[in-house]
Amino acid sequence: MTLARVARFLGRRVLHSLVVLLGVLVVVFALVHLVPGDPVRIALGTRYTEEAYTALRAASGLDRPLAAQFFSYLGGAVTGDLGVSFRTGQPVAVTLLERLPATVSLAVVGLLVALLVALPAGIWSGLHEGRLSDAIVRVTSQAGVSVPDFWLGQLLILGVAVGLGLLPTSGYAALTEDPAHWARHVVLPGLTVGLVAAAIMTRYIRTAVLDVAHAGYVRTARSKGLPAAVVTRRHIVRNALIPILTITGIQLATILGGVVVVEVVFAWPGLGRLTYDAVASRDYALVQGAVLLVAALFLLVNLVVDVLYSLADPRIRLS
Amino acid sequence: MSARRVAPVLAVDDLRVAIGPTPVVRGVSFAVEPGQTLGIVGESGSGKTMTVLAATGLLDLPGAVVHGSSVLGAPLVGEAGGASTGATAGAGSGGTAGAGAGDGTTQLVGASARTLRRVHGDRIGFVFQDPSTSLNPILTLGRQISESLEAHRGLSGRKARDRAFDLLEAVGIPEPASRLDAYPHQLSGGQRQRVMIAVALACDPALLVADEPTTALDVTTQAQIVELVRELQHRLGTAVVWISHDLGLIGQVADEVTVLRGGEQVERRPVLDLVDRPEHPYTRELLAARPLLGQHRPAPAPASAEPLLTVEGLDVRFAVASPAGRTHVHALDDVSFVLRRGHTLGVVGESGSGKSTIANVLTGLVRPQGGRADLAGVDVLQQRGKALKALRRRIAMVFQDPFSSLNTRSTVGTSVSEPLVVHGLAGGRGGARARVAELLRLVDLPAAWADRYPHELSGGQRQRVSIARALALEPELVILDESTASLDVSIQARVLELLARLQAELGLTYLFIAHDLAVVERVSHDVLVLQRGRVVEHRPAADLFADPREDYTRALLAAIPPVRPRAAADRPA
Repeated sequence: MTLARVARFLGRRVLHSLVVLLGVLVVVFALVHLVPGDPVRIALGTRYTEEAYTALRAASGLDRPLAAQFFSYLGGAVTGDLGVSFRTGQPVAVTLLERLPATVSLAVVGLLVALLVALPAGIWSGLHEGRLSDAIVRVTSQAGVSVPDFWLGQLLILGVAVGLGLLPTSGYAALTEDPAHWARHVVLPGLTVGLVAAAIMTRYIRTAVLDVAHAGYVRTARSKGLPAAVVTRRHIVRNALIPILTITGIQLATILGGVVVVEVVFAWPGLGRLTYDAVASRDYALVQGAVLLVAALFLLVNLVVDVLYSLADPRIRLS
Repeated sequence: MSARRVAPVLAVDDLRVAIGPTPVVRGVSFAVEPGQTLGIVGESGSGKTMTVLAATGLLDLPGAVVHGSSVLGAPLVGEAGGASTGATAGAGSGGTAGAGAGDGTTQLVGASARTLRRVHGDRIGFVFQDPSTSLNPILTLGRQISESLEAHRGLSGRKARDRAFDLLEAVGIPEPASRLDAYPHQLSGGQRQRVMIAVALACDPALLVADEPTTALDVTTQAQIVELVRELQHRLGTAVVWISHDLGLIGQVADEVTVLRGGEQVERRPVLDLVDRPEHPYTRELLAARPLLGQHRPAPAPASAEPLLTVEGLDVRFAVASPAGRTHVHALDDVSFVLRRGHTLGVVGESGSGKSTIANVLTGLVRPQGGRADLAGVDVLQQRGKALKALRRRIAMVFQDPFSSLNTRSTVGTSVSEPLVVHGLAGGRGGARARVAELLRLVDLPAAWADRYPHELSGGQRQRVSIARALALEPELVILDESTASLDVSIQARVLELLARLQAELGLTYLFIAHDLAVVERVSHDVLVLQRGRVVEHRPAADLFADPREDYTRALLAAIPPVRPRAAADRPA
């Protein structure tokens, strides 16, 4: 009974995500046709000749009717074919898949850093409202929110990499090829991404804990004479986890969607930098593919958050 | 009630609470014996909850300081440690250790957090006001009951589950075995409060503290909870401290009553003495203000009035998700009535009966699936654009909660004049000011209060402002949706008087939606009883109250606490 409900809930969410993804696809497709300038002309640049133009236009299928183009793009996207980069001639899907591990591994490290800092700080602060420790956490996280990530990144490079010489200033190796090399290089960008996210998350987690700490059922828990640790763990933190999941999902999706500046500062070959370069060089096929991928990642994260919600909250699971 | 003095379960002596320099409880004393119920009655702000939380060591307010004595399980009256101790309340305050005098008594004022944890849930059980917030939404009912058994009795697993089953059965939860694994949102409000009582009684406490346990419930559910507590108390010999604003209810549950006002103990007497021979003027005032059935009737309505509002076959359905897929709730099912000019139609029913849906349909918040509503020749449901705006002038609404229905950032004058501005009737600054002053005088507020903000006003004063705002456009029909339900009885009585005067002076027509039948009787010329969206009974008020025809109406009337305290029946006069 309950399993069937969870399955139905999941099915609905997946369907919902697919509809959103289709919408994104339409927008992304329209992008190329709505922006001023002819992508073929731009792609050719100084190599422009009438013949080359017609040839590339036909090769990219841009001479066909709009509807036909859309459905072939849709068909391609469904089968994993996102077209060919105007600039490099490489399939877009291949380029994106090359960059994906860098972005995902940085995002996971960043999120872990953020959670390691924000969970204890936010929960502690929320449980000790008005105390000195709460004030310290609040001021620190406020300062953290105000710090630009490129500045923090450069500060870390100057201090840890250049000053102490402990870690490399920039660079990347795939986790699967050289884990040790990857690990040495991921620390600083991971810290940069994580600390900025931690500052934001700490404030949300503190508020979530505060809200729950004043709830009627927490008073009930105290009135049962339960040990303080049990009240905190079972009644406050478990209920606060629901809003905490929300903000964690949003943060993860934001990091996945591109931490362009951090990737540039640390020469990290992720999706953010790729997208930035593609926009700069008007490589529309690549822009389309990157936006679509980021949207898909965003939806995937949301789907996971929804599933976790239904596990954490019986009101969602059972209604 | 036995004449023999037995050792009180809780003896409170000269209890005082201050928040910073402000005293909020100023010397309260009471005692409650096994099997007895002490009622603590008072209006909002009287400190009744604060008193009991401070006495039981559950007060969790930063900066609150408690003085006096509160002894749990004292063997003899007047013998137990009355030493005055002071301690800061609040999480982890760690005051002086509880005065365990070796005679089984525990001084709760200033007791250590450890002592209080041993007492809470084990020797004192608590039931709070709102069962929808006092149970943890993400834990099963079984878990919420078993966790105090685990903490105090060392019970776990099978044994704790068996005990939780017995408790659910004892508080009258149907199918307790399956309910052990259910969550609070799967129960009705009354069932949740039953579970809360099961939680409170899990460890057979000597004292049960019930803080407004029935205030959030329907009157029929309230009657069931009262019976349940009495029955369990009788069986287990539990002492009860029952806090309520409702003297009628207190009369049904309490053996002795303490009346609080502004943190001060006004009077403390056996319930019959208090009701029959109140000594303090404030007690007399409270007794006079409580709405009682058969005491007040509205002024007769104009005899030959034409119909103002004609409602026919109103039909509203809401789609809701349920385990069996989407189903429809019939919020209003073929509801028809006629409301004559200058009359008041009382609409009564329990929560979910569709009372407020009628108001929502008439004000355009809910679109009905069928039916008609005609306001003096204008079809209320079919108007659009300018005609709709013109119609809105003729229907005004006053909501329940005077704390959320006024914008906290607007002055009283701005709030009252807003309808005038919206409808382009302000007539310039001077005109609006003059009209606001006139409206405020109409509801007995000083005209100068136009410059005040809502937080400077009391609940009753805010509700007067809401009424003034409703009257700004000179409406013909005023919908009052539980407009006096959140007010203290003495203030409610005055607001009801105001409404009666305004009706007489301005010839207003009221649609008066309320759950409190005594209040409805006081203002209504006709009464419509709703049950699950259907009209059960619709008759002139005098006939309906004198001779209810339908079982449901009779059940509603029977559930109202009677005028005489229950003790009057137990003990021949």
